[in-house]
Amino acid sequence: MTGQPSETINQTLGDARLQLAIYSATNRLMTHRAGAVRADLLPDYQELRTEANQLKKHTIEHLDHYLELFEKNVIAHGGKVVYCSDSQEVADFVLGLAKERGAHLIVKSKSMTTEEIHFNERLEKHGLEAVETDLGEYILQLAHQRPYHIVAPALHLTRYDVAEIFSKNLGVENEVVIEKQTKIARAALREKFLHADIGVTGANFLVADSGAVVVVENEGNARLTTSAPKIHITVAGIEKLIPRAQDLGVFLTLLGRSATGQPLTVYTSFLSGPRRNGEIDGPDEFYVVLLDNGRTKLLADPEKRQSLYCIRCGACLNHCPVYRKIGGHNYPWVYSGPIGAIITPQFHGVLKDPWLPFASSLCGACAEVCPVKIEIPKLLLKLRSEVTDAQRRQGVGGVERLAFGIWAWVMTHPRIYLMLARIGGIFLPLLPKVGPLGKWASQREVPKLAKTSFHQWWKAREVPK
Amino acid sequence: MVESARGAQVNSREVVLGNVRKALDRAAGLLPTTLTAPRLKIPILDRGRYTTLFGQNFEKLGGKSFFVREPREVAPILSELLQGKRAVASNAPFLAACGITGLPQVQSGFTDREALRAACVTADVGITSADYALAETGTLVMLSSPEEPRLISLLPPVHIAVFPQSRMLANLDELLAVLPNPAEQTSSMVLITGPSRTADIEQILVRGVHGPGEIYAVIV
Repeated sequence: MTGQPSETINQTLGDARLQLAIYSATNRLMTHRAGAVRADLLPDYQELRTEANQLKKHTIEHLDHYLELFEKNVIAHGGKVVYCSDSQEVADFVLGLAKERGAHLIVKSKSMTTEEIHFNERLEKHGLEAVETDLGEYILQLAHQRPYHIVAPALHLTRYDVAEIFSKNLGVENEVVIEKQTKIARAALREKFLHADIGVTGANFLVADSGAVVVVENEGNARLTTSAPKIHITVAGIEKLIPRAQDLGVFLTLLGRSATGQPLTVYTSFLSGPRRNGEIDGPDEFYVVLLDNGRTKLLADPEKRQSLYCIRCGACLNHCPVYRKIGGHNYPWVYSGPIGAIITPQFHGVLKDPWLPFASSLCGACAEVCPVKIEIPKLLLKLRSEVTDAQRRQGVGGVERLAFGIWAWVMTHPRIYLMLARIGGIFLPLLPKVGPLGKWASQREVPKLAKTSFHQWWKAREVPK
Repeated sequence: MVESARGAQVNSREVVLGNVRKALDRAAGLLPTTLTAPRLKIPILDRGRYTTLFGQNFEKLGGKSFFVREPREVAPILSELLQGKRAVASNAPFLAACGITGLPQVQSGFTDREALRAACVTADVGITSADYALAETGTLVMLSSPEEPRLISLLPPVHIAVFPQSRMLANLDELLAVLPNPAEQTSSMVLITGPSRTADIEQILVRGVHGPGEIYAVIV
């Protein structure tokens, strides 16, 4: 198979500190989630999942209707909707607006969608300053790294890493106390908030019947991003729609619990349009960028379109035995873990990282904890078969196909099979010590062959009269 | 360049919506199938218990709550909390009715954005009312309005919310039943569930990273 996973996987596996960091962070998130969805605390958890799945299915299957309804309601509250096909169009829009308004400084709150399109780099090229304000994202921006986890972006860094990053970039003393590091970031970012011209956020939900953007967070940076600057721009994927504000009862109940075990995150903002008559603060201008960037490709496949139900809680990452070993940066794109393994090939084409759908034990833990019931293992299998088909068309994977062709032929010719089994019985104990089989056998117990084969035993058995 | 970008956007709307319809094999203007009624579960509890339940949950999150019988009992509590501090209060009539705006440490009556912001940047405490409170999660619900701007509960390191018991609801679902479409009332509804917090460095919990690290609820 071409396109092997990167060599850095071995580095990650061999880094004891990093392994411990991933293990303890995901463990903590798993424990918190389990505590929050316990049957005595949330007796209708399974019904809520089914409801969330049905709501997302309905919305995605009628997405054009809900997009237009959302647009109509945003406009009714004085906001504007901007459709963008790709990252270039988003950058063009923001740059155009910034130029028109004389804006230079942009504050941002955590948004996977803008990570996806390298928003900051694009704007910086044109002389704008775009500052991440979520503490984890801020640290990563200073260190020029991408998020390690959807919910805990800097889980791979220690306080000592943060001390080094801060002293190098902010000109502060080497500070290793986490509370003080947080204060340093608060002070640095407070300045940015108060001087920012534009605030950019993602959206957890776009509410069609209200034209509202819903953002959940714990730090308060999203509230500041949407309250302090005079312009608020939301950049969200078109799949973020939900039909009604009242459906938030289902989604918010599931999202916080699945992500961090919180019944509700500290702040849930429900934002619809610029500040209204008489409101003293809040933005004067309100834009929602609805981004396609390949999502309509996913939408076209009736089975795989359920990948778009994802509400980015990160639970599948925490519960994935593969993510928990290889961490976030060994996945080829910003979306890591099981959800990354199913959406990345659909965005980029299955041949770009063909190993990705195979990097799973198919244990099913991801599907079990998914709050919107995405059938991740089933989609992984589907993608595996697509990878294989695509490679066949390209003439890749011939050796494996030949091997299985021979296998099939042997298995359907009993005499040949029996002959080979006898020969194999003699040589098998010697085989695994060499070549690729040796590697396989070094981690496993090689099965021992019985002294007599089933055929021999069957022939020799005494038949009761 | 701006103009051409604008032109491209008009086009992009049709492109994106067209791609969505093509992917779903739907014609323009088709209505969706009917949705089932929203799932809202409101527990039948003794309303008198909401306040106690709210207090328990609010304190579990790291807040501190006070219960008083009369509005006139509020000012003494606030005086205590505000000792040696400077506060900004919102224009909510309930705060004036409780005598809070008359306290010497308290600035109030802002109508100008810049003046309000400058006051909030330097204040130690922000005092607001709350439009609703949710007992099950210990949540304060704030609707932005001329009486209740956004920054008072956000910029100062301490937030105190003072509100009458009548604003108490059971849970999020009851809030959504009372306000089926919050956008009709306000440009911004915020649910506040505990003090601002982060666990971004080594999963260690730190309060007050961007918003207030201390919150108080005074329920009358």
